[in-house]
Amino acid sequence: MSRVENKYPGLNLGDHHGSAHEGAESLVFGFWVFLMSDLIIFGLMFATYVTTLNPGAMAGGPGPVELFDINSALIQTLLLLTSTLTFGMASLSLRHEQGKRNLTVWLCVTLVLGLGFLSFELRDFAKMLAAGAGPDRSGFLSAFFGLVPLHGLHVTAGIIWLVIMLIQIHVIGLVPMVKTRLLRLGLFWHFLDIIWIGIFSVVYLWGLA
Amino acid sequence: MDHLPDYKAERRDYLTGFVLALVLTLLPFLAVALPSVSRQTAIYVIAICALLQVVVQLRFFLHIDLSRQKREDLHLILFATLLVLLMVAGTIWIMANLATRMTG
Repeated sequence: MSRVENKYPGLNLGDHHGSAHEGAESLVFGFWVFLMSDLIIFGLMFATYVTTLNPGAMAGGPGPVELFDINSALIQTLLLLTSTLTFGMASLSLRHEQGKRNLTVWLCVTLVLGLGFLSFELRDFAKMLAAGAGPDRSGFLSAFFGLVPLHGLHVTAGIIWLVIMLIQIHVIGLVPMVKTRLLRLGLFWHFLDIIWIGIFSVVYLWGLA
Repeated sequence: MDHLPDYKAERRDYLTGFVLALVLTLLPFLAVALPSVSRQTAIYVIAICALLQVVVQLRFFLHIDLSRQKREDLHLILFATLLVLLMVAGTIWIMANLATRMTG
């Protein structure tokens, strides 16, 4: 099997997409620079969180064992992981020109999984807030609400972007501009799942171990 | 179907990545959920599986690998990782040291 050389991160459209493939190189690279700076922001939020993982920063308030629900964390992880696969299927559909209908179906499945992830996450936050464990309770909870909802906000942004792309696919059509936007949204979506690996490992599993 | 005969191979690639990521997700969750696994072991399993899963997702979903001519993307990842490591390790080190001095 001969490997096609990639021009940019993520699934490449391929030469048969002409100008969309050519133009994507610099556009996707620019977006990649943004993602890496976003990674640094997340890295610092993780560092802040880890420094508050001690009884002093919990200020007598609840800690990971009292707050986190491993089942909910597992459900959210599986929803987000599956959504990253379905986005991959959407990217493949775009690359292999399987038609708008096929692409739309995969993107809609991704959208539903993303919304499912968010609803479980928001339910967890609502429970914590109702139990008086909001960001103002302790330094530990401030760091928690700085880190995990930041990822949730990114997912929300991704969902809004996804809806906009669904509209653009049907109003503007699969022109090069729309294709390269889909490529970048794909990178963003896969990137968010990589950040989530850190969150479920460091925040939920390490906290409950 | 069209002029790209490798659609099935590429789909298999994504599914392989998904299955690997799924296994690397379920293992640490099991390690934490099972009472017979000690805390120390569970933390090792979590750390190793997380690192492996990052590599799996970079390889299968973001298509970043070592066998390419264009390496800027990989260089950016390595540079960002270096910055993250310096800042994260530095922050944790300083704060832990400070905590020991203040409460010791």
